[in-house]
Parts: sequence; structure tokens; C-alpha cells
Amino acid sequence: MSTNINMRLPDPKGSYLDRTKTVKFMFNGKSYAGYHGDTVASALAANNERLLSRSFKYHRPRGILTMAGRDANSLVQIGDEPSARADTYPISDGLEVHAQNVFGSLQNDRGKLVELFGRFLPVGFYYKAFYKPKGIWKYWDSVIRNFAGLGKVDLDAVPYHSDKAYRFCDVAVLGAGPAGLNAALQAADAGAEVILIDENPQLGGSLNYARFHTDLTQTRSVSEKLIDSVTNHPSISIYTAAMCTGWFADNWLAVMCEQRLLKIRANAVVAATGSIEQPAVFRNNDLPGVMLGTAAQRLIHFYGVAPGKNAVVLTGNDDGYGVALDLFDNGINVKGVIDMRAQPGHSSLAEIVGANGIQIFHGHTVYEAIPGKGKRSIKGALIHEISQPGLVTENSQIIDCDLICMCAGYTPAAQLLCHSGGQLEYDANVAMLKLKQLPTHGQSVAAGSLNAVFDLNAVMADGKLAGWQAAKFAGFSTSQQPVVPDHDGAKDQNYPWPIFKHPLGKDFVDYDEDLQVKDIINAVKDGYDDLELVKRYSTVVMGPSQGKQSALSNLRIVTKETERDLNGVTVTTQRPPFSPEYVQHLAGKSFQPVRRTAMHHRHLEQEAQMMPAGLWLRPAFYGSPAQKDQCIKEENLAVRNNVGIVDVSTLGKLEIRGPDAAEFLNRMYTFAYSKQPVMRSRYVLMTDSTGAIIDDGVACRMDQNIFYVTATTGGVDGVYRNMLRWNAEWNLNVDIANVTGAYAAVNIAGPNSRDVLNTLTEDINLSAEDFAYMEVRTGHIAGIPARLLRVGFVGELGYEVHVPASQGEALWDLLLAAGKKFDIRPFGVEAQRLLRLEKGHIIVSQDTDGLTIPNEANMEWAIAGKKPFFQGKRAIQVINNRAINRILVGFELPENSPMPLECNLVIKDQEITGRVTSVSFSPTLNKIIGLAFVSPDKSEPGSSIHIKLSNGNLIEAKVCSTPFYDPENKRQEM
Amino acid sequence: MPLGLLKYGFSKAHPSKRHFNKPATLKPSYDVVIVGGGGHGLATAYYLAKYWGITNVAVLEKSYLASGNTARNTAIVRSNYLTPEGVRFYEESVKLFEELSNEFDYNILYSKRGHITLAHTDAAVRTSRWRAEVNKHLGVNSEVIYPDDLAKLCPHLNLSQDVRYPIMGALYHPPGAIARHDAVAWGYARGASERGVEIHTHTEVTGFEIQNDKVVGVKTNRGDIRCGKVLQAVAGLSSEVSRLAGFNLPIKSIPLQACVTEPVKPFLNIIVVSGSLHVYVSQSSRGELVMGASSDPYSLYSTRSTLEFKEELMMHLLELFPFVGKLKILRQWAGITDMTPDFSPVMGLTPIQNYYIDAG
Repeated sequence: MSTNINMRLPDPKGSYLDRTKTVKFMFNGKSYAGYHGDTVASALAANNERLLSRSFKYHRPRGILTMAGRDANSLVQIGDEPSARADTYPISDGLEVHAQNVFGSLQNDRGKLVELFGRFLPVGFYYKAFYKPKGIWKYWDSVIRNFAGLGKVDLDAVPYHSDKAYRFCDVAVLGAGPAGLNAALQAADAGAEVILIDENPQLGGSLNYARFHTDLTQTRSVSEKLIDSVTNHPSISIYTAAMCTGWFADNWLAVMCEQRLLKIRANAVVAATGSIEQPAVFRNNDLPGVMLGTAAQRLIHFYGVAPGKNAVVLTGNDDGYGVALDLFDNGINVKGVIDMRAQPGHSSLAEIVGANGIQIFHGHTVYEAIPGKGKRSIKGALIHEISQPGLVTENSQIIDCDLICMCAGYTPAAQLLCHSGGQLEYDANVAMLKLKQLPTHGQSVAAGSLNAVFDLNAVMADGKLAGWQAAKFAGFSTSQQPVVPDHDGAKDQNYPWPIFKHPLGKDFVDYDEDLQVKDIINAVKDGYDDLELVKRYSTVVMGPSQGKQSALSNLRIVTKETERDLNGVTVTTQRPPFSPEYVQHLAGKSFQPVRRTAMHHRHLEQEAQMMPAGLWLRPAFYGSPAQKDQCIKEENLAVRNNVGIVDVSTLGKLEIRGPDAAEFLNRMYTFAYSKQPVMRSRYVLMTDSTGAIIDDGVACRMDQNIFYVTATTGGVDGVYRNMLRWNAEWNLNVDIANVTGAYAAVNIAGPNSRDVLNTLTEDINLSAEDFAYMEVRTGHIAGIPARLLRVGFVGELGYEVHVPASQGEALWDLLLAAGKKFDIRPFGVEAQRLLRLEKGHIIVSQDTDGLTIPNEANMEWAIAGKKPFFQGKRAIQVINNRAINRILVGFELPENSPMPLECNLVIKDQEITGRVTSVSFSPTLNKIIGLAFVSPDKSEPGSSIHIKLSNGNLIEAKVCSTPFYDPENKRQEM
Repeated sequence: MPLGLLKYGFSKAHPSKRHFNKPATLKPSYDVVIVGGGGHGLATAYYLAKYWGITNVAVLEKSYLASGNTARNTAIVRSNYLTPEGVRFYEESVKLFEELSNEFDYNILYSKRGHITLAHTDAAVRTSRWRAEVNKHLGVNSEVIYPDDLAKLCPHLNLSQDVRYPIMGALYHPPGAIARHDAVAWGYARGASERGVEIHTHTEVTGFEIQNDKVVGVKTNRGDIRCGKVLQAVAGLSSEVSRLAGFNLPIKSIPLQACVTEPVKPFLNIIVVSGSLHVYVSQSSRGELVMGASSDPYSLYSTRSTLEFKEELMMHLLELFPFVGKLKILRQWAGITDMTPDFSPVMGLTPIQNYYIDAG
């Protein structure tokens, strides 16, 4: 094909074009010129390049089909973007466009050989072969995988992290065609704040390309007036080139525009998304040169491009005559209008077509497009007389042409409505899918051709009515309800059976997936006789266009083949998105917060190695990673023999206030809190409704009605959520606040901790008699208001000091300064874990798992038996009636034993009876100690257990009682 | 050209017969009635017929064949579970899967890809080790691996330390595979159907007839039938159906969402899961990335989709594979998962005699 033919129509055709700006881009290594405003496909069409892509399975040549970004024929690779839509992708200088999924070149794709074998590739062929002899599938799998797939991902591509935007409005209007524009105006005039969204770069929708009047200036004056009013209305925000991709519950809209995701919450929504023109099905209906009537109109009116030189219009409605006139008016030779209807319609357009000498064939169809060289174009249309639906007589003739426009009818663009529960139903009277139900969450209304209204005056009025209704939903009542004049609805829009199966096939129902009529029929014959099964078996409607051009034909064929009544049938489920969404737009800026404690910078200054703990970062240990073990050992010994401090700000902190506070804790936790004295703390253990341990901490009674409760770093958010949820049911008189971030906290521990703290306290007596173990005090540390808790997690005399987060760093500095003469040392999470292990304390979620009940972890003591209820009580009672099959014990290893890893298994008679949950070398005790689940018969101290190392070797360990260190707990109570 | 396809090219009429029977009416009585025509129900029917000669069986499905979770899952087959019971059970299942194409004479597109579960915290490394140790002890191929090995296995994975959750290690399970999930159900259905089992789609169970704690009949929207035994296999609605039979289950029904991208040429061979980032992703034979995230945070019976699911999942996907920003999401959907407290299935006897359950 010659490529230097200029198909551009004279100025001023092409409403999107700026002819003062020439743009050069590359397609398959060749340079092309277009105008600013062109898309890749329109600029190529202007250069008479019709071949855009190769099809998925047979690698057939494909060209423009919809000119609306709604089909797979236009998929190309643009830079690092696979499957860009050539017909909507704007050109820019230097743009690199390539064909995708071709073997060799687009012109001569070796993949087309597949078509020669097409007869051996029945529908679902991959289910029918490639597995015999056994093992051969592994080979075919990789062959098929390499054939499948369309574009390529660029492994070096860098994501663009866009912000997301949020908008709120009274009324959102989807679609700025005649219905949407009127709806927006009407709603805005009623006082509503309106957001108007349209995927096209200009307002107007079908007014900008469809032929509503014989005299185009008539349409133009309607649209100009409307667009002017909308554009100048202060209450209407306009988003053009904006694709609404999803309509989620409660009118939550996802809109892709300006390279980002826009999220809109609308009080009410008007859906005026119009309808999607449908192809006719005949042999070679997929080749370049065969396109929808509206695609030809878009090319002419938006881009000033002649879609061909010699045209045949295949129509089943009056719109085809509008297409013929548009072609004729622009100098394209219209060689015939092939009207599938036996009788002419009533449109004045038809009369003008006839008056212009264009031949009209009634009761005929295009039975086959005659391919040009290499099937890269067409050179004629074989037309036949129709005998009965889907069948033709021998009466035929060939009309030479390079363009066939298909005007077979429409299907509502109802995908968005269906995301939220809208439903479609086939109405056999008009041979069209119609809305049966609007979104289930309400506050929405449909208008225009989506609502099966096609007459322009009625569409405009229907839009007004929808705008009025939506404004009313949103609370803006206006007195006068707009009236929609009498109209014909969707009558005569759809030809009922534009499907002509050809004995030689290539009569495509689904262009994306290369499915012909026989494939759909054979899928039914194979037994897949539900629409959903046909879809899954044949992959019809599963391609990149998600059935926008194939769902209706498929529905018709399947229903006929299964001998069902078309009236009332529905399509397969529509799922978001309406149009494919960039991963990077959905991802946005990637907001993944890191929480730092008030002392974070001090830790870094002191060379802490930080580790993640939930959202937080915590010091693992202080010093060089190369000397990790030594650092941890020194930190451990400092606490045991002297004094250390650890930042425990990440601990969860909850404040429970109110007359029912103690009762609330009684229900949330296993222990009893009613009689807990003020200024004392008590252990808290939380189980879920199955009795499994989910969190622990301490509850400090600050006052009769005030508890300050700690939770684990990773667990507090879940605990807090749990508390809110339960109290929504219980309705106890308490306030629950998550104050984790409000307090910084330090645990100062070790035999010298009291002496260090004494130098800083003014109003708290730290003596053992006045401030005993498990007691709580409030007061000041060097002027900083503080809550002091005497707790014993690490098993030494120690104080947890909680201060307002803003004072955390000051507290840290003060303690280090005061401790200097004692050679105080900060310690990290690793040493803390070791210290608590020496005391035999568990860490919830390390020494427990999702099924650990208190008995298994030796926590019966933390359960108050007399309480009528706590979360998990019933389950624990039931479980306690059964024998438990594991129990958590302490163990130690002989000298020179290899060190097991946490989660190495405990094995008894070849069976797994438990696992090591914590293990470490204790510098204090100079041996390896650990906690492990073992079978109950091995739980007595002195029992011998076997641990399976990662290398498979078994080692013997001795069960021993805990605490390993200071079994009488004297040190923490000093 | 595989021989199996030749007949399609050389015969005039479509040479295959229906894969499933289409009985017009329900018989008055069956030895076994299976409620639920998904993977589990159909497999049970198949094995009852194949191994036990029990063919007077009806499978009742309220919608189209395999329309529930069998149609909605992300098709990962693996046995790297945590509990010994689970590992043994799923290992048996993997062995079955590996043979199914040839057993069915129907290609289920079983593709062994390897499966890695990434660990981004030391706690996750610990859990990976736990699973690996249990797997290895029971003869299942799993191993804890570290970033060096990961770089070889999955060269495009972002192993940078400069991300929010750097990868510290992974559980590697070489036998992990994907399969064409619908085909599995269809293969079982065809095999059962050939052996005389009746599959009744669009047949909804509305109740059970129970006498003296024993099930004797099943009520449907197409009439009542008598039955010897009943199997309930209705994942996603287990609690509702068991309630019809008069007993409660310890099950919470929670939506689990998934999505696919447009197809691209193969670049990801292995199945990648990240528990911390709530991502699982594999590339199907068609070239789509098939992805899921964690369950929704609440119980629901609606299979609606949410925007939040996609936003969260894509954010994490880009952290693992930063170059997929311009891939496009084509479709999202949801299924309902019936979760038991210990994440293991409930299978076997129920308080009702002759009424069996397969749930969770």
C-alpha cells in the first residue's frame, strides 16, 4: 500500500486539531507527521496507514475499529507502556510507537502462520491437547506462554508516583453528551455543586460527531449553546479527558485524569454514559478498512481524516444514512448503503442519501469483506440478499471499496452502573439490552441513550429530568419537574440479527480473542451452555476490551444455540474497571508511614542498629553490626549488674475512663480488675473468642475510674479496634483512647536504677517500702510530669517512666546524664528479649501463635475463674475439658551443644510435638536457654526432648523450670 | 501439532460430544446428594464414582457449573502449609493435581512455577522457618532462602534496602504451581458425568428433610428429592446452608478480592507472595498478572469490589516490581472465603446423621 497518500480532509475539518502545530512521531521505526490534537491512529490514518496491530491468536492484520479507545485492534507499545490505545493516545514530538506481539514485522508477521492451522485450533483447544504423553505439557506451556501476552514490560521502567486527588460534590454527571450536559445544567441551576466528567477532550459527546440533523449547522447551534452554558456555570466543575473507571458503593467514583487517580464522593450520580456501537458479524469483519460507523464519523469530525476513498455502509438503522451522508459530504465515494432491513426507515436522512444518487440495497448484508494484499486492507464487499435472520440467498454482488462502515446498533455503556449493582436485560422488542435496575445503593439516575432514549430532543429532556432528579436526591428541590416529550425510545436502533455465519469462518464475534461464530457455537456444543461458561471456556469478552464489542453478539448466539428466549436474558457480570487503569495511578505516592519515637535521633547518635517493629523503628542493639553478639552481651550484663535504659515508647498505651472502666477491663481481659487498688498495676491478658492469646500488657489503675493500659507494640491497634467494636455492643459508660503516640516511655532497669532515678525525682519516694513492686506513681522527673510503673519484664529492679512524647528526648538525656557516674548503658530490643527469656516471660506472637490458649502457655494464673464473662471465656471452658496436646516449657542445652534456631521442631517418635519459640545464649547463666512447645508428657523439669536442627540433626535438650534466672523473683522486688 | 487436535481440523462437524450430561429432571431419589457444584463437590462426585462405584449421585448447583469460589480463586496450588495435618493433606492434593490432566484427558494447564513467600521482618523469617521445618520433616520441598538466592530465582524482584519493608528472606517452595481453575472443575465434572453422576445446575437447595437427626431428603427450587447421604460443599455459604440443616459452624465468611492486568509477554515465572505487604502475584499462561491481597477486614456475603483493595495492592506491587507502573488493571472481582478459627478446613461428620460437610 502506498503510504504517501494524504487522507487529511481540508481545513477546518477536525475539531481536535491545531493545524498550526505539526507533530512528528515514529511508528515501527518510520517517521510520520500529524497535527497537535491527533491520536496515533488518526495521524497514521491521515497518512493512509491502516494497519495498527496483529490479533491475539491468529495474528490477523487489524486497524481502526472504534476510534474511541474501546477495542483491542488499536493496542500498540508506546515506550515502556504495553497495550496503549493508539486511537486515543495523543501524539507528541518524538513519540516512539511500536506494534506489539508480532514475530518479525507488523507488515509481515510470521505469527500469521497460526491462522493456517486455525482449523486445528478449536475453541478451548488448549484443554484438548498438549498433555500426552505425560510430561510434554511442560514444553507446550512455555510455547503457549511465549505466544500469549501482548505488549512487553520494560524491566528498567521507573514508576511515576502521582498524588491522588479527592473531590466532593452534590451531583456527579458521567458523560458530557446531550443528556449529560442538560443534566449538569439542570442540577446546577437547582443549586447543586456539580462535577461533570467526560472521557473525551471536548464537551458534547455524540453532538460532536453523530448526524442528528440533515443540516449540520442545526446540531452545531444546539451544542454550542449547551456547552457555552455549562462552561460558564459557576457551580459546574468540568473534567474532560477524564475516564471514570469505577463506581463503587455509596457513589464513590474512581476517575483517571491528568496522570492521576481522582476520587470523588458524590451525593447523587447521573449516568449519561451513552451507548457503544456494535459491529456486525460477517466474514473478514475484522480487517483494516472495516470499522464502526461512529469510528468513521469520529475520524472525519474530530481529526479531519477521510476513513477511506470508496465506502460501503452496512446498516441496520437510520444512523447508517447519517454516516453515508457524512462520508458523501466530505468527498468520499459512497458506493452503496447496504440496509439489512427489508423496509426503509422513516428518516429524512435516507431520502437525502437517495437523492444524492447513492445506491441503497434493502434486505441485503455484507456477507464478506474481500481482503486486499496480505489482508492488510480490503478491496471490496461481497453483498448478499438476506433470506431469513442470519442466512442469505445466492443473490450477490461485489462492490469495490476500501472502507466498510458497520451500523448494526448499540449496547448501553452501562458498565459503570453495573459495578454498583445495576442490571441489564435484553428487550426483544427493540433487540437491545436495557437497564433493568439502577445501582442498589440508590441516589442515582440514568439518562440519554444509556436509558434507551435516542431522539435528540427526548435525550436533552431526559437529561434535564435526570439532573432534576439527582438534585432532588441531593436535597435541592426545584418546583418544576422537566417533562420528556413522547418519543420512540430505542425503537429501530438495533437490527435484531446482524450475524452472518460464514461456512469458511473468520466471522469474528470477539476481535480481542479471535473468536468466530463457530467457536461460540462449539463451546455450547461442548456442553458449556451458560453465558458464564461460554465466557470462561472460550475466553469471549475476557480480552482487553472486556466485551464492549462482543458481549451482545455473544449473548445472541449463545441464547439461540441453547434455544432460550432472548427476551429477559442478561449479560455476564460487569466488573471494574470500565477501562484499564495504570498500576502506578492506583498506587499513587505510596504512603507507608514510618513511626519514630521521640528519642529516635538519640538512638542514631548512639549508633543504634534500628529494626522494624510494626510501623515503628526500634533500636535492636547499640554498636557495630560486626560486634552484634558482643554488644548484646554487654547490654545484658549492664542491666543484670548495673543499670540500663531501653526506649519502650512503642508499647501500646490505652486510656480507659469512666464509671464502667473496671467492668470493661473485666470483659476485655482474662484477669479481674474490679478490686484492683488505685495506684497499682495488674497483668492483662487478652484472648479472642476462640480462647487464643492475642495480646498482653499491664493495667494501671490511676484512679477509681481511670485505667492506663499497655499493649504490645504490634498488637495495640488491633486491641483498640477490638475494644471499640465490643463496646459498640456493650455500651458501657467508658471512653477509650489510644494514647500510644502521646507518651514516650523508658524502662530504667538494673540494681542501680533506683539510685539513678533518685537524683532526678522530686515528688516521688522511690524507696522499696513506699513504692513497691507492681505499684504506680505520678509525679515529676526533673520537672517533667511522669507516670512511673514498677514492672519486672527484664527481672531486675526497674521503673517504666512514661512522659508526654514531647518530653521523651529530654527524659532520655536526663537519665543518661544522671546515670553517667554509674556507667549507665542504653540497651536494645535484642538484649531486652534475652533478659525476659532469662526470666521465662513470653512474648505474645513469638512464644504463642494464633491458636495458643492460656493453659498451653502456663497462663492459667492470669484467668479469673469467677467472672461471669470475658472475651474467650466460653471457648476456654470448652477447651479445658479436653486434654491439651502441647505445653510451653523452658529448656537448656548442654555445653558445646549446637545452637538451634527459633522455630526448629521438637520431635518425639518421628512426630512433631512442638517447636522452639525462643532460644539464646544467656551470658548471665553461661548456657543456651530457650522456650519450646513440647508434648505434655515431656513437660516436667528434667524431661529430655529432641530438637531437630535445620540440617536435620537431632539434639537433646533438658526441660527445666522457669524463670531460669532469679527463680524467687527477689531482684525485681528489691 | 499435537495429535489430539487433528480430528478438529479434519472433520466436517465439530467432533466433540458434550462434556457434561444435562439431565432434564431430578430423579425422586439418589444415594448421595452433593450440595454445591464447585471443585470440592464435583471432585467428591468423581471419586465416589471412580473408586467406590457409587454413581446414583446428584450434584446440585444453584447457579452455573463451578460458579462459586472455584470461579474466583487465583489458582495457586501448593503444600507449604504450617500444621502437619495441613501439610499432609495438601501434599496429597498437589500429587493429585500433578496427574489430573492425564487422568481427566483434559488439560488443566498445570504449570509448576515455584512459590516464594517473602519475609520482611524477623518475625516473618521465623514463621518461614517454622513452615520450612514442618514441610521438610514431612517430606515436602520447602526451604528458607535469603536475598542472594532470591536474586537468582526471581531476578526482577526489588531487593533494595531502601524501601519501606526490605526483603529479609523467603520461604521457597519449588513445587508451587498454578492451574486453570475452571478446567479442574470441568475435568471433574466431565469424569463424573461420564460415570453416570447427574449434574443439575441452576438447582438451589432450599431446605433439608431431617427425621430423628438424620437427613432423608433435600428440598430444591425444582422439587423435593429423597437421599441416602448428603455432602455439603458450598464454600462461601457454608454457614447459611448448614443453618438450613439445623446446625451452626465456627466459620466467618469474609470477602477476598483479586484482580488481573492486561496480558503481557512472560517476565515473571515464579509465584510471589508477601504476607507483610499483603500481595500475591503470578503470571498466567495468558500473560496476565493474577493478583490478590489479604482478606477484607469484615464479614460480608457480597462479592462487590472496592477501590481501596486495588490502591493498597498496587502500592505494594510497585514496591516489589517497580517497573510495572504502566501495566494496566483489566478486571477485579471478589470471592467469599469461609474462615475457620485455625484456617484449616472442616471436613467430615456433622450433628446430622448421613450429612457430611466440606467447608472452610
